[in-house]
Amino acid sequence: MASESATGDVLLRARELGLERGGRQLFSGIELALQRGQLVQVEGANGAGKTSLLRILAGLSRYGFSGSVERFAPQLFLGHQSAVKGLLTPRENLAWHVAGEAGFSPEAIDAALAAVSLYGYEDVPSHALSAGQHRRVNLARLFLTRAPLWLLDEPFTAIDRAGVAVLEARLLAHLQQGGGVLLTSHQPIAVAYPLLRLDLATGALQ
Amino acid sequence: MPASAAGFCFRLVRRQLVLGLRRPVELGNPLLFFAMVVALFPLGLGPAPDTLADFAPGILWIVALLSNLLTSDAVFRSDLEDGSLEQLLLAPQPLYFSALAYVLAHWLLTGLLLGLASPVFALMLGLAPTAIPALALSLLLGTAVLSLIGGIGGALTVGLKRGGMLISLLILPFYMPVLIFGSSAVQAALNGNPAGPYLAILGALLCISIALAPLAIAAGLRISVDT
Repeated sequence: MASESATGDVLLRARELGLERGGRQLFSGIELALQRGQLVQVEGANGAGKTSLLRILAGLSRYGFSGSVERFAPQLFLGHQSAVKGLLTPRENLAWHVAGEAGFSPEAIDAALAAVSLYGYEDVPSHALSAGQHRRVNLARLFLTRAPLWLLDEPFTAIDRAGVAVLEARLLAHLQQGGGVLLTSHQPIAVAYPLLRLDLATGALQ
Repeated sequence: MPASAAGFCFRLVRRQLVLGLRRPVELGNPLLFFAMVVALFPLGLGPAPDTLADFAPGILWIVALLSNLLTSDAVFRSDLEDGSLEQLLLAPQPLYFSALAYVLAHWLLTGLLLGLASPVFALMLGLAPTAIPALALSLLLGTAVLSLIGGIGGALTVGLKRGGMLISLLILPFYMPVLIFGSSAVQAALNGNPAGPYLAILGALLCISIALAPLAIAAGLRISVDT
C-alpha cells in the first residue's frame, strides 16, 4: 500500500482482480476505485463473473482469486438471495436483521416498508408474501441503511415497473448524499446521473 | 457506526428463539425422540426395574447426546439457504459473538428443555430419585458443550447437500468426554458419592468450549459461504 493519497473519497479499491473458475479465466486485471458519488454498473454476459466479482468485493469470497480489495467504509451488500425468513414478519425481518446495523426504530422500519409498497403487510408472515414482495422486504434495507457503500447484485429482479422507479429515486438520493453504488443489472438503469460502466470482458471502466 | 455487539447478539438470540418457537414441531422432535427411545429400552432390556435402573445413567446420557446430534445439523442450514448467513458474515460485529448467540439460542431450544424434562424420563427408567438432581445438572451443563461442538460440525457441513453422516463423524469423538463425565456424575450420585467433581469437569469443558468453539464455528461458516 505505497500511495494512499486520496483515500478520503474512495469507498472501495480493487487492484488487479482476476478470477479463474474451472479452467476458464472469467476476468483479469480489474482495477477499480469507487469514489463517493459514483455509480458503477458491472456489465457482462451471463456467466461472465458479475456475481463472483461482487462477492469478492464484499469480502464473502476470500480465497481463489488474485489481486486485492480494500474497503474504506461500511457496506451494504444485497445478493441474489433475499435473506428474508418466511416465519418472521417483514417488520421482524428488518428489526432483527442479521446484517448487524444499528437497531432501527419501529417508525423507521414502517417508513421503509411503506417506501417499498409493503404498507399493510408489516405483520403478515413473510411466507405468505410473493417472491417480488420478498425482494421488496430486502430492498427496504436501502431505505434504512446508513452505509455509504452499496454493492447490489441484480437489485431490480422480480420488481415491477413502479417499484423500479422508486428504487432508482432512492439510488439517486444516495448518490447525491455522497454514497457510492456498484451494481449489476441486465435492465437499463434510468437514473439522471453519470453512469460508469465496468466491462468485465475487457476490464475497462468508462 | 455499527451497533454494539451485545445489542446485536441479543437481537440474534431473540430472532432465533422466535424462529424456533414458530416451528413447534421441530422444537418437540428431540424431546419426542428422547421419550420414544427411553420407552423402547424396557422392551429391549426386559422390564426388570433393577436392570433398568442400573443402565439408566448411561441410557439417558446416550439418548441426550443422540438427540443433540440430530438437531445440530440444522443450526445454520436455513440461514445458508435464504442468504441470511452471508449477511451475518458481513455484519460489522465480531462473528465470534454472533456464533455464540446462535449456539445459545440452539441450547435454549434443545438442551435446556431436555435438561428440564429429564426427571420425567429418569422416572420412566426407574432411576433413584437421589440421582435426579445430578442428572438434570449434568445434562444442563453437558448439552451446552454438545451444542457448542455441534455448532462446529454444523458450520463446517452447512454448505454440503448431505452432511448428515459427515457431521456425526466429525463431532462424535468430541462428544465422548462429555458423555463419560456426564454419565459418571449420575453414576456417582447413584452410588452415594459426590457428583460435584464430575460436574466441575463438565463446567470446565463448557468454559473451554465457550472460549474456543465460536472461533471454529466462525471459521467454518466463512469456509462454507466462500464457494
